[in-house]
Amino acid sequence: MLGLPAVDAAQALADLVEISAQIEAAVLAAADGTVLASTLADEERAGAVARDAVELLQAAAGGAGGPVQLQVAVPEGSVFVVRDEERLVAAVTGRDPTAGLVLYDLKTCLRLAGENVRPAKKAASRARKKKDDGEVADGAA
Amino acid sequence: MARRRLTALVVTLGSLVGAAALWRRRSGKGKEYVDVYFADGSMVTFAEGSDEAARLLPIARRLLSSAR
Repeated sequence: MLGLPAVDAAQALADLVEISAQIEAAVLAAADGTVLASTLADEERAGAVARDAVELLQAAAGGAGGPVQLQVAVPEGSVFVVRDEERLVAAVTGRDPTAGLVLYDLKTCLRLAGENVRPAKKAASRARKKKDDGEVADGAA
Repeated sequence: MARRRLTALVVTLGSLVGAAALWRRRSGKGKEYVDVYFADGSMVTFAEGSDEAARLLPIARRLLSSAR
């Protein structure tokens, strides 16, 4: 995702819902199902969605390893789950969504949320290195 | 004359069969299925009635009701 600004999880999710008119609700969670951000006002419901999304990924795991994304279509609507190494995003849509577009938007959301984490790690690493360098300089003086 | 009628009948029947097939295909899209995509680029569809779909559909329904 080159050229896109870093945003936090809530902003990534807000952007997702704004961009994709097909998405009714979405939850961004850590890989273990801990909710990071949600469009649902109710925290319990958001937690239930995240847990079910983790369960869906686990239940869909087959011979080719763990799934990276899935769509479950039922007459009431569709459920989409997309994951990367650290996070997952689950979304629900109405009936007969444009699956390719929804999956693309969910992957973009995950990447945007991830952009926020990586610079923070780099900054912490830089700060640690600076501190170490300072200690070495103090020791030499 | 009879030949023309026969041709018209065949064309009409053909159109009806085609329309029925198209309708069945379109209405079938609204049925239940699960599309699973893996990291190696492969994708598998579990159709309604399969063991995998039977395992995944209840979880998805629960998720949908939580989200709405």
